[in-house]
Amino acid sequence: MSGSKPKARPLSPHLQIYRPMLSMTMSIMHRITGVALAIGMIGLVWWLTAASISDGYFELVQGFISHWFGQLVLFGFTWALMHHMLGGLRHFIWDTGRGFELKTVEWLVRANLIGSVLLTLLIWVIAYGVRA
Amino acid sequence: MRSDLGKVRGLGSAKSGTEHFWMQRVTAIANVPLVIFLVWFIISHIGVTRMELIASVKHPLIAVGLLLAFASFLYHMRLGLQVVIEDYVHGSTKFAALLANTFFAVVLFATAAYAILKMSFGL
Repeated sequence: MSGSKPKARPLSPHLQIYRPMLSMTMSIMHRITGVALAIGMIGLVWWLTAASISDGYFELVQGFISHWFGQLVLFGFTWALMHHMLGGLRHFIWDTGRGFELKTVEWLVRANLIGSVLLTLLIWVIAYGVRA
Repeated sequence: MRSDLGKVRGLGSAKSGTEHFWMQRVTAIANVPLVIFLVWFIISHIGVTRMELIASVKHPLIAVGLLLAFASFLYHMRLGLQVVIEDYVHGSTKFAALLANTFFAVVLFATAAYAILKMSFGL
């Protein structure tokens, strides 16, 4: 036993062996948007805290948000939020034991993706409409 | 091999049963209306002054809504990040990461709750 090299045993196929599919990508996107939202929560709490502290601090945060980079971050946050929310609703459908047929799965993930983009755009159109 | 008592309790080896799964769903359901509320709240406060924002938070429904939103979001966040940690972090680092995760959620909630209550009560 000692000294001999361990034999290379066959391993079960991992992710890279499969053809990438939309449903697979959407699964990992659900996780990534979830983690991104967790980071975004720091920003939300920062905003409220600044508002509770002083005018100067609030203006500092507002200044960051209205800067183009802040707007970009906020836009990304909005999309992550909509994507994760619709993804959650999709999981609720699956929780009831429905929607597992391949065609339905494909339809659901596409609706998730398109829906998240549309909702994000809608929110931003309203947001800019309110400001104008 | 499982004792009859263990089977009845149904808590499994993690001693928490389906609590994680269940609370993840409960907070997920709560998050849907709370997200709509928060998006509405933020949109309707674009470009307001600090005093105007505080005046809104003074309304009990807004204050309670914000408190519920942060409670539910952060509870859900803690459960979700826990799963991510359990998938990718192993050994003693995992324990530290899980502990840090819980502290992260609790500190964020305490900070948000303090800010909301301070503005709402106007102290």
